[in-house]
Amino acid sequence: MTRYDKDQRVPVTLTVNGREYRRWIEPRLLLSDFIRDELGLTGTHVGCEHGVCGACTILLNGTPVRSCLKLAIDVGNGHITTIEGLVKDDEFDALRQAFSENHALQCGFCTPGIVVSVWDALKHASDSDLVDWEDVLSGHLCRCTGYVGIRQAIKALQAKEGGEAKA
Amino acid sequence: MAWIGQSIPRFEDGRLINGHGQYIADLTPVPGIQHVAILRSPHAHARIRRIDTSRVGTVAGVTGVITGRDLLAVLAPFPVGVPRPVTYYPMAIDRVRYVGEPVAVVVANSRYVAEDALDVIEVDYEALPVVSDIEAACQRPPVALHENVPDNVANHREFTYGDPKSALHHADVLIRERFVYPRNTAVPIETYGVIAHYEQSTDDYTVWANFHGPFTLHSVMAHALKVSTQKLRIKTPQDIGGSYGVKSAVYPYMVLLAATSRLLGCSVKWIEDRLEHMKASSSASARISYVTAGFSRDGRFQALDIKQYDDVGAYIRAPEPATLYRVHGNLTGAYDVRHVHLENYAVMTNRVPTGLVRGYGGPQLYFPLERMMDIAARQLNMDPAELRRANFIKRDQFPYRTASGGIYDSGDYTAVLDTALQASGYEAFRETTRNLQDSGPMRLGIGLAAVVEPSGSNMGYVTIAYTPEERARQLPKSGAVSAATVAIDALGGITVQIDSAPEGQGHVTVVRQIVADVLTVPMESIRVIAEMDTAITPWTISSGSYSSRFAAAGANAVFSAAQKVKTKLLALAAQQLGLDNKTLRFEEGRVWGVQGATDLTVKRLAGLTHWNPAGLPAGISPGVYETSYFSLPNVDPPTAEDLINSSATYGFLVDVAKVAVNTETGKITVLDYVTVHDAGRLLNPLLADGQIYGGLAFGLGSALYEELRYDEEGQLLTGSLMDYLVPTASEIPESLTVLHHHTRAPGIPLGAKGLGEGNVMSAGAAIANAVSDALGVEICSLPLSPRAVTESVMKKGGRG
Ligand code: FES
Ligand code: FES
Repeated sequence: MTRYDKDQRVPVTLTVNGREYRRWIEPRLLLSDFIRDELGLTGTHVGCEHGVCGACTILLNGTPVRSCLKLAIDVGNGHITTIEGLVKDDEFDALRQAFSENHALQCGFCTPGIVVSVWDALKHASDSDLVDWEDVLSGHLCRCTGYVGIRQAIKALQAKEGGEAKA
Repeated sequence: MAWIGQSIPRFEDGRLINGHGQYIADLTPVPGIQHVAILRSPHAHARIRRIDTSRVGTVAGVTGVITGRDLLAVLAPFPVGVPRPVTYYPMAIDRVRYVGEPVAVVVANSRYVAEDALDVIEVDYEALPVVSDIEAACQRPPVALHENVPDNVANHREFTYGDPKSALHHADVLIRERFVYPRNTAVPIETYGVIAHYEQSTDDYTVWANFHGPFTLHSVMAHALKVSTQKLRIKTPQDIGGSYGVKSAVYPYMVLLAATSRLLGCSVKWIEDRLEHMKASSSASARISYVTAGFSRDGRFQALDIKQYDDVGAYIRAPEPATLYRVHGNLTGAYDVRHVHLENYAVMTNRVPTGLVRGYGGPQLYFPLERMMDIAARQLNMDPAELRRANFIKRDQFPYRTASGGIYDSGDYTAVLDTALQASGYEAFRETTRNLQDSGPMRLGIGLAAVVEPSGSNMGYVTIAYTPEERARQLPKSGAVSAATVAIDALGGITVQIDSAPEGQGHVTVVRQIVADVLTVPMESIRVIAEMDTAITPWTISSGSYSSRFAAAGANAVFSAAQKVKTKLLALAAQQLGLDNKTLRFEEGRVWGVQGATDLTVKRLAGLTHWNPAGLPAGISPGVYETSYFSLPNVDPPTAEDLINSSATYGFLVDVAKVAVNTETGKITVLDYVTVHDAGRLLNPLLADGQIYGGLAFGLGSALYEELRYDEEGQLLTGSLMDYLVPTASEIPESLTVLHHHTRAPGIPLGAKGLGEGNVMSAGAAIANAVSDALGVEICSLPLSPRAVTESVMKKGGRG
C-alpha cells in the first residue's frame, strides 16, 4: 500500500466526459471535490458526504458510484461521466423531457444524481426485464417530490423504450 | 390563450436537469474567497473556561481564527421576539448551551486545511447540568439556561375565548389526553451555505446565502451587525436546493460569517456539512399538549382547553415562539367551537434552537386535535367521519370568525369530506374490518384527518406572544405583503422580478403564466428573475418563501404589477388611436378596439415610452417599469381581546389512510392514501400536485420515522442520514390519490390559496388514527416506529 504525506501532492490522470485531465492533488481529496472544485463541474452535488443521499452519483467506468465515498487518487486512469457529460448524448433529450413532463424535480439538487442512476438503469434494461424503480431509487434521497413524479418519469421512459423496441 | 390554471411543465427544469443549476456552493461571487470551518461544542451545557487557539497559526494555509469574545467587538445580540431577555449571539461567548453550538471559526485557503486547524484548538469546558425534559425544564428546573430566566420559560401566555370553564363543566363527555409531538426536521438535500464580504472603506456587508426569508430577519441581522439596514446587502443564489422552512435559520450563520469577514479582512465561504446540519442548524419544536375537549352526548363539540409546552431549544431565536402562534387563528380547526382556553409555554432546553419547518405549528396542533376527534368518536360511539361532519363549519357560515379571531374566507368542508370518503371506499373498508376475525399478527385500520390549512401569514401574529398591555406600548404589526416588478425594455423584452426567493416550487413558471395572460404575449417573451438582492429587488419585511404564501401573495403581486403595465400601455394606446381606453383590450399581444385588431402591439407601445418619451401624453411616464406591493386582505394587528387572524386565507383538506399493522414486528404498511384538497383556484395543477406529493412524503416521514433523538447528556443520536430516516421511494405508497375542490379565495384576485404544507399537518394524525383503529389503542405520540407500535400492543395486552 502506498503511503503519502498529508502535504504531499500526487499526480492523477482522469478522463472526465471524454476529456483527459492531469492534476497534482492532495492525496486526501475526495472525488466529489475533485470534480467540483478542480474541474469546475458543479452539476455533481454533495448532500451528505457519507454515501446515503446519492446526490454525488457519477458513472465510473460505466457504473454508478457515489463520488463522495472515493478519493480522487484511487480512481486514477478511470473514465468518469458526470451529468455534464450525459446531457451531450442525443438520447438524453427523452429523459429530460420525461422528467420535466412528469414534474420529477423541484429544487433540482438531487436530480443530477438520480438522472445518472436512471440513465444507467435504462441502458441496462432489456425488453423482458423492466427497470425496477424501487431498486434504482433506493440509493437516492429526494426531499421535494415524494418520488411520485420520478416514478412516473421512469415508467414513461420505459413505456417509450419498450414501445420502440417492439415497433 | 389562458395559461393560468394549466399544467405547464416548468421552465426551470432544463437547466436543473442538465446540472446547470447555480447553488450557493457553486458560486465564487468575489475574488480571494477563504474557507471556513467551525469548531463546535461537544457538550450540551458547559461553561467555557479557556480557549487556546495559539497553535492554529502553525497550520500552513490558515488565515486566522476567531472566538466568541472577538465577536463582541463587532456584534450586538440578536433581537428576540419575546419580552423576556435572552442573550443570543451566533457563537458561544463563555457558555455553550447545545451540542454543536459554534465555539470558534477558522479561516483557511481550503476547507480541508480549516478543518485540520480545528484539531489544534484546545477548549477547557466545565460541564453543567443538562436540561432536556420539557416539563421538568420549567416545573423543576435543574438549572437555568439563562441567568435572568430562572424557570427556562421564554414565553408564557394564557388566552380565554368565550366561557370555556362553564362549557366544560356542563359538557356530557369530557376527553382528556396528553400528546407528544417529537423534534423533527426538514433535511433539505442541500445544506446551509454562506459567503460574506465586508468592505472596510465603506463599512458595508454583502452576504450571499441560501436564505429565503422571511425578510423581516434582514432587520434582525442588521441589528446584530450594528449597521443601518442599507449597509447589509443580502443576495440569494439563482437556485436553492430545498428548504421547507429550515433555511430561514441560516441567518445566524450569515451574521457569523459577515463578522468573520470583517474581523479577518477577507471574503469567506462556509458550506455546512451534514453532521453540522443535523446537530446545529434548526429543527421543528417538540411539543407536549394537554388537551381537554367537551362534547354533548349527541356529539356536539362544545369547548376546548389546550395547554402546550414547546421545546424551543437553547435560545429563543426569532421568529420563535411563532410555532405556538402561527395557527392561533385556526386553533379550533374545521370545527365550530366557541369556548376555548389556551395556555402556551415556550420552554428552553439544551438543544439546538428551533425554527421554521414545513407545516410550522400545524402538525403540533393538528396531531392532538385530530386524534382527539377520533378518541371522542369512540367514546361517543359515533363514526369518526360523522362526528367531524356534525361539527364542521357549514358552507353558509363563511366568512367564519373563529373563537380566537381567525377569518376563514371560504370553504365547503362537508363536500371535501364526502369526496374523500367516497374516493377511499371508507364505508366498505370499515365494513370489511368490522367483520374480520383477528387471526395472525396483521391488523387493518383506517383513519382520517381534517385540516384547515392556513396560508399567507399575517406578520402581526408573532406579536401575540406579548400581552395586550405590552403590545399597546409597541408600534402595531400586521400585514402579508409581497412585491413584484414587471418591466419592458425598448424592444419589447419583458423582465419580471419577484421577491419570493423560491427553492424549487416553480415560481418562475407560474409568473410567466400570469404575465403572459395579462399582456397576452407568449411565455417565451418573459424572463423572470427570482434571485433576491435586498439592494435592488423591491421587497418588504414579509417577502420570502414561507407560510405557503406564493399562490396567495406573490402571484398576486405579479398579477397586479402586470395589470399596471397593461393599464399604462392601454392609456397610451388610447391616446395614439384617439379612442377611449375603456373600449380597448389586449389580444395576442396587440391592442384591440371594438372594430377589431389595431397595429399597436405591446412591443410597439413599450417602445414608444423608451424611444420617444418627448411624444408621450401628459400623465404617461417614460419607460415601463411597474412595481406593485400587493397586500392580502384581513390581516390586522391583534386586538386588545387577543383576537388575531393569523393568516390571510385558509384552505382545507381531508386525508384518509388505510394501514396494515404487524403486531409482532411493529411494521406499518400504508395500503392506500387519499388526500382531497380545497386550495381555491389552482394556478398550475401539475405544480400544485407536486407540492402535495412532497408535503405528504414529509408528513408520512414525520408520522412513521423522523425524530431527532438525544441521549440524557443531550448528545444527538441521529446525526447522519443513516440514523435520521427520511422516506425513500419505497416508503411512499403506490396507491395514492390526490383530488381537488376549487372554492376560490374571495378576497384575492387570482383566487388561489396556499397548499404545500397541509399534508404535513394532517398525515401524522391520519396515520395515527388508522393505527389506533387497527390496534384498538389510542396512539398519543409520534413517530410510529416499529418499537413504538410493539410497545403499544404490549401495553394493551397487559391491560386486557
Ligand atoms: S453526497 Fe455522496 S451520497 Fe450524499
Ligand atoms: S428535487 Fe429537491 S431534493 Fe429532489
